[in-house]
Amino acid sequence: MIKVIRMTVNGKLEELGIDERECLTDTLRNRLGLLSVKKGCEAGECGACTVLIDGKAKNSCVYLTVWAENKEIITVEGIRGKSGNLHPVQQAFVDEAAIQCGFCTPGLILTGVELVNSGKKYTREELRTLISGHLCRCTGYENILHALEKVVGK
Amino acid sequence: MGVGKSINRVDAIEKVTGTAKYVEDMLPSNALIAKVLHSTIANGIVKSINIEEALKMPGVETILTCFDVPDVLYATSGHPLSLDPNHPDVKDKLILSKRVRYYGDDIAAVVADNALNAQKALEKIVVEYEEYEPLLTPQAAINNKISLHEQCPSNELSRMDFEIKDGEVDFYKGKFSDDPYIAGREDLKGTYFSVPPVHACHIENNSCFAYMEGKKMIVVTCNQVPHTLRRNVAEAIEMPIGDVKIIKPYLGGGFGNKQDTMYEPVAAFLSKKLGGRCVAILLTREETFVNTRTRHGMDIYASVEVDENGKIKRKGLKLNSNGGSYGTHRHSITAYAVTNFFELYPSGEIQIGESSTAYTNLPSAGALRGYGIPQIDFAMESQMDDIAMEKGWDPIDFRKKNIMKLGFRDPFDKFYVKSNGLEECIDKGRELIDWDKKRKEYDQFNKTSKDIKKGVGMAIFCYKTGVYPIQLENAACRMVLNEDGSIQVQIGATELGQGSDTVFAQMASEILTIPESKIHVISTQDTDITPYDSGAYASRQSYVTGGAVKKTALLMKEKIIGKAAAIAKISIDDLTIENENIIIGKTKEIICSIGNVATLINFINDSSQTEHITAETTYTCLSNCFAFGASFVDLEVDVPIGKIKISKIISLNDSGKILNPQLARGQVHGGVAMAVGYAIGEQLLFDSKTGKPLNNNLLDYKIPTSMDIPEMESHFVETYEPTGPYGNKALGEPPLIPQAPAIRNAVLHATGVSIYKLPMSPQNLVHEFIKAGLIEDGRE
Repeated sequence: MIKVIRMTVNGKLEELGIDERECLTDTLRNRLGLLSVKKGCEAGECGACTVLIDGKAKNSCVYLTVWAENKEIITVEGIRGKSGNLHPVQQAFVDEAAIQCGFCTPGLILTGVELVNSGKKYTREELRTLISGHLCRCTGYENILHALEKVVGK
Repeated sequence: MGVGKSINRVDAIEKVTGTAKYVEDMLPSNALIAKVLHSTIANGIVKSINIEEALKMPGVETILTCFDVPDVLYATSGHPLSLDPNHPDVKDKLILSKRVRYYGDDIAAVVADNALNAQKALEKIVVEYEEYEPLLTPQAAINNKISLHEQCPSNELSRMDFEIKDGEVDFYKGKFSDDPYIAGREDLKGTYFSVPPVHACHIENNSCFAYMEGKKMIVVTCNQVPHTLRRNVAEAIEMPIGDVKIIKPYLGGGFGNKQDTMYEPVAAFLSKKLGGRCVAILLTREETFVNTRTRHGMDIYASVEVDENGKIKRKGLKLNSNGGSYGTHRHSITAYAVTNFFELYPSGEIQIGESSTAYTNLPSAGALRGYGIPQIDFAMESQMDDIAMEKGWDPIDFRKKNIMKLGFRDPFDKFYVKSNGLEECIDKGRELIDWDKKRKEYDQFNKTSKDIKKGVGMAIFCYKTGVYPIQLENAACRMVLNEDGSIQVQIGATELGQGSDTVFAQMASEILTIPESKIHVISTQDTDITPYDSGAYASRQSYVTGGAVKKTALLMKEKIIGKAAAIAKISIDDLTIENENIIIGKTKEIICSIGNVATLINFINDSSQTEHITAETTYTCLSNCFAFGASFVDLEVDVPIGKIKISKIISLNDSGKILNPQLARGQVHGGVAMAVGYAIGEQLLFDSKTGKPLNNNLLDYKIPTSMDIPEMESHFVETYEPTGPYGNKALGEPPLIPQAPAIRNAVLHATGVSIYKLPMSPQNLVHEFIKAGLIEDGRE
């Protein structure tokens, strides 16, 4: 069944006809062309598809698009400044070489944005717990933690 | 700018902004989706397939079964073509197979308008099998009356057996056995080690799509070796190589598991069948686990005898490797492992190695970061610590008496070791972990602490760079000068996260003085345009492709200076390049900028002088070298629950000159983390009766999360390797290698219990601790 839903995506109100069975990952990728939302497992295991839903980092692959009605969705495409400058979390990932293959990067950056927006300070050990929903096979998380320590709670 | 500096990745902005395109991001919206029907038995024959109901399902375009594919066996290994008749590729794969060789083998494919319709139709297909007993181990498979492949009746895919005498290798043909006696000799009784198959678990699943433009077949795929893939695809679908084009965009990790030819021939064949329409095969995570490649599980029998001075006198090794259902890399990985045993510690009066790779009914094993060496290093380095403990020697002092030294001649590949920082890695690690103090301190602690035990352990390794002289080692590079003095660099070597594009830019910058921001390394390979390269494996790209980049940059420099000399009417010999300017060497007088030369020569209306300045060379690498390293681990073991808590890992690597320290440390972090998984948790499980995979998803197969990774330190002992283009040698794979044995040896120090089997999971450790009497057996 096709259903029309409204949600705000990266600051823009979208009205979309979607399949009721559709997950948010597919809607964002296939209907809105937001290709930073990656698919690594489609079962909520790896975190590559993470987006911000009303400010909270969630796996979009196990989130039905119908649940996103009237919600505010942010993907990595939506976090740069107006003049195109990088978000501080993005800049920290660049400076700390927290990127290798880049496939888990957009999801991790969004969790970073949530943590920065919380205004709270976290220890390195707490950060380890807070990002543990993201699997990364390249970096050993070391430089990702360096990057987050630089911007979270600052 | 240039080599040796920590510049940011050249692809960093694309990757943090989500604009970097991976295979699935390039999929046309009208692409058809193919789903593959996988067998539900591990060994047998497909007697019939009924697709009648499936064909009626909505959205179905076509269904291909194993009865409709060409009878053309093709190779899947990502190796360059070998002209040596002794090293042919194994051609044992059909696009779909009637002969089922593992649980999950490809027997049919449905093409539909979307994935859901394809999947639903797939479920309507009815298959009738003739089933044989699954042969899951080398012992079960070798010499069984049921052959997996017609051309290999014994199921023993390959062997390599040898004795080293006076530094020369005598090869002979041995016989498979699974007893502990090496070469059947009672005086060479090996200790048994066992390592399981594991998976690469790159976060991007294997995926590809194919379509035709006119007569050209275009395949877009996440593959580490596009030029080799082109050959394999062309052969499989019976098209001329020039009619096939491979496009490789950004890769979401590979680690060797994207070296082989996977579903590209299937997608291309289906596209051809559908008149060139776009057909995509996007594997699920569950399929990626089973239908790609694994790290070889191995049974290892290792024997090392020492004299009272701590010198190794006799070494014997028997290695039985589980190759799985298809031959992929034949025996290369096992051969790499067996030979390494005689390279790291070359001493000995008797040195005998025997090795076998078996066809079995498990998923195919292939390349995975370290190429057989993590397996052998676990056995070899564990054994060194066992001997040291038995003799009451310090494990480090014992190793240092026996390690490979500068000037060593590799008996197999016959090259000399010209750089060797191994001893310095060991000494530095010993100091950084505070080895001598901690060994004593923890011994004291463990005397009184019953449940919590502390230990420090270490292990070392050596690893070759590239595959000369076994295989071709060459690479080409093309540079195009733009009128603003920037350049485009085209290479067939592939970026898969390791940072090769960045170091290639640094290498070009080093010679041309053009900053990396103006050096555009084209990350996407397109075999119609990209010059040849053997691709990403064997930690070869900075060493071999780096040679091509250097050679091409030197040619480009010569051309720029030549043009400037002609314009300014100054002798070439007086000119050089500094800070992007052509200058007179002696006086430092600036003649003009590189951009000036490019603009003038590009646009001057004079046929004798006009030129679009490009440079292209091929570099053939006729050398090899060893990278070395050591790992030091500080941990505690919670004995009653068998849990290892690693406090710190210090990784020391001699990878020659370090091209980009920040990115190099990143390679170490990733290698260490992957090895922590290998050491303490990862294992692909299969039902022992049916061969059915039991944990092919990321919930049941645990790779380390950020909470599982200890604090790590990375240090480089920088040597200068004279055969490397900038003194550099292998780095991508090596840091993984020594971690599992270093952790194991720290557990040995902590508990006094020798572990012979990976992973050192709580289940396995508790079992061992019960056997050793550390835990009371609660069972009656």
